Amino acid sequence: MIETQELTKIFDDFTAVNHVNLNVHAGQILALLGPNGAGKTTTVRMLSSILRPSSGWAKVAGYDVYTQPSEVRKMVGVLTEHHGLYGRMNADEYLIFFGELYGYSRSQILNKINPLLEQLGMDQFRKKRLGEYSKGMRQKLALVRALIHEPPVLLLDEPTSAMDPESAKIVRNAIKSLSNKERTIILCTHNLVEAEELCDQIAIIQEGSIILNKSMQEVKNSLVGSPVFAAKFVGSMDGKYFDLPDGIQIVNRNESIIHFKVEKPTIQNPVLIRLLTEKFDLLSFEEIPIKLEDAYLDAINQIKKSNHDE
Amino acid sequence: MQLTRLKRAIMMSNQLKLALVITKREVRDQFRDWRIIFPILGLTIFFPFLMNFTTAQVLQFVNRYGATIVGERLVPFSMMIVGFFPISVSLVIALESFVGEKERGSIEPLFNTPLLDWQIYIGKLISSIVPPLFASFVGMLVYCVGLIIDGVPLPELHLIIQIVAITIIQAVVMVAGAVVVSTQATSVRAANLLASFIIIPMALLIQGESIVMFWGNYATLWWVVFGLSILAILLLRIGLAHFSREELLGRDIDVLNFRWGWKVFRMNFLGNATNIKNWYQLEVFPYIKEIRYSILILSLLVLVAFFVGKSQITRFEFPVEQLGVENMQAQLTLLSQNWSFGNFSPVIAIFWQNIRVVLLAFILGVITLGIFGVLPLFASIGIVGYIMSLLGNAGLSVSTYFLGFILPHGIMEIPAAVIATAAIFQIGVILATPDNHQTIGEVWIKSIANWAKVMLGLVIPMMILSAMIEAWVTPELALWLTP
Repeated sequence: MIETQELTKIFDDFTAVNHVNLNVHAGQILALLGPNGAGKTTTVRMLSSILRPSSGWAKVAGYDVYTQPSEVRKMVGVLTEHHGLYGRMNADEYLIFFGELYGYSRSQILNKINPLLEQLGMDQFRKKRLGEYSKGMRQKLALVRALIHEPPVLLLDEPTSAMDPESAKIVRNAIKSLSNKERTIILCTHNLVEAEELCDQIAIIQEGSIILNKSMQEVKNSLVGSPVFAAKFVGSMDGKYFDLPDGIQIVNRNESIIHFKVEKPTIQNPVLIRLLTEKFDLLSFEEIPIKLEDAYLDAINQIKKSNHDE
Repeated sequence: MQLTRLKRAIMMSNQLKLALVITKREVRDQFRDWRIIFPILGLTIFFPFLMNFTTAQVLQFVNRYGATIVGERLVPFSMMIVGFFPISVSLVIALESFVGEKERGSIEPLFNTPLLDWQIYIGKLISSIVPPLFASFVGMLVYCVGLIIDGVPLPELHLIIQIVAITIIQAVVMVAGAVVVSTQATSVRAANLLASFIIIPMALLIQGESIVMFWGNYATLWWVVFGLSILAILLLRIGLAHFSREELLGRDIDVLNFRWGWKVFRMNFLGNATNIKNWYQLEVFPYIKEIRYSILILSLLVLVAFFVGKSQITRFEFPVEQLGVENMQAQLTLLSQNWSFGNFSPVIAIFWQNIRVVLLAFILGVITLGIFGVLPLFASIGIVGYIMSLLGNAGLSVSTYFLGFILPHGIMEIPAAVIATAAIFQIGVILATPDNHQTIGEVWIKSIANWAKVMLGLVIPMMILSAMIEAWVTPELALWLTP
């Protein structure tokens, strides 16, 4: 549904997006993850045919972003960081205006927006001036605007940035409800929790280049490595040593807790648990939650450091 | 064939319909903003009555002293002012519509729709022009009704048509100019600062029009309409060329990037040349070829200026005796003695004078998209034509004057001036040519680099040479030819 090949954008003497290759299929949600200024918005603008690539190409829903911009825009719904609403209009007027720009009649537009407004809990606010809307409501309305022409591709550029947690949750739930088998979504964010919650694929963009593009699980594995399990014992484990099978190692230990790094948990965990139960009084054995955010920041810092060293 | 044309017409009408959706929204939005409604209402209803009152008072006063002509001229002038004030609001509306949307981020959702750039541009342009223009017409109507009530004769119909035409074209110029300004600003504040490029020339224009109106030379107003129409077309073309998604969202225009600017300038000035010969071959002469049509236009303009200047002898009479032609030979003898060969002071003075004219043309050209850059050349050649006509009328030999006083250095000086002016004229030509890969700033830097290239490579050497000829050869030749 979305395919890019060596997609590059250069502004004067600054390379904003550098040889980006992406491939997102129908039904997938890709998180384009990166810090501010990494090139996420420029990538989205190229994918929505607002900016022309300096080199490389991109196809969205089968259309080339450079040679078929109007067709691309018909296929894409874009939600920008800034909602861009007109404060003196109400929701109905606003959505009818955008619907008319897509060539729909008033009745067609109302047929399309009624269920969407209802789904997002906006029905009772449709006659209220948009200037009086809260951030969350504004973004939800902008989401309805992006969906008015039922696009198979959704590009969401930092939809919850600068939002309070409650508004962000509302918008996230709304996004979740829009995912289906026919729809491809790219979600630009620097919020890892959001990416983890909504997406099944992650591409990390740093200084215009994609430095990692994998499924969520693969990303976790590559950033965090093998999962770590905490074994808690009854009594002290000081001075007690034992042989471990290959692929398991101790990464941390204190008086009554030992942290094990297990390469293949499905196979090795039963073996490890049996060993620990046989030799010691094992109280509990559980996985330590992966701190993807820390790992991500570590990875970004490592890349920055290596670039700096070069 | 006809079917294709019909299809195209239907498609065009559908595309225009979508542009009008934007117009409709914008107009509706304007009428919800009291900051726009109140000034427009004031200028439409209150101001014409005030003008009626003032006109009636002035008429009474001037008629008391028999200066009825002042009163006659005041009535159409006031009508023009009544019409102008509401359209001045169009500038504010246009800046708000184009830059305000950009600043608030509401333009991006518009850009995400399948609308073409020109549809968004036209939709916004119409919405910025029509309401103020409508208010202007209502204001003028109210003013005319007031005149009828006061028993003051209305201006003649042709004058009313002229005023309406001027009002419309001024509104278009202001809005089209505002769009060009908008493409170079990301905030309304920045746009308002840049808007002085529109407001100041407009204020000067109104003053000029006022003079023309009080002077009573109404035919000149059609020339104003004609000139403004050309400017409007040029501005609309520049606006269309630069109002693009890429330009509006893809550029960092608030920060002056000197390094980049210098790089662009250097690249266009030097190119890939490695030595002077190489520079002439790769940069200077190819650029002359590139601007050949501008050179051709300017050459034709030189001829036009000459004949226009010549024709002005009937309008602006000049006493021949003041030319001092009777003791021409004595003057030339003195000149040739003072400007002897090897004396560089007259050469420097002549060269400096010519360069100043070219620099004036450059400044005028840079701020008026190349249009008024042609004025110094036009005026200089016009004066030559006028003087030749004057000499002819005085019974002196025009050919002697031309061969002795103009041709020796003119053969070098006039082409140099034409080339320099053509390079300035080219700024407007390039700006008005759609090129989505270049910003207005980039085009300006490149044009200035090209102008500098032509100046340094050709114009300055030619002008130095012509100044030498003018100082050392022309007086001698003129002396030899003068009976």
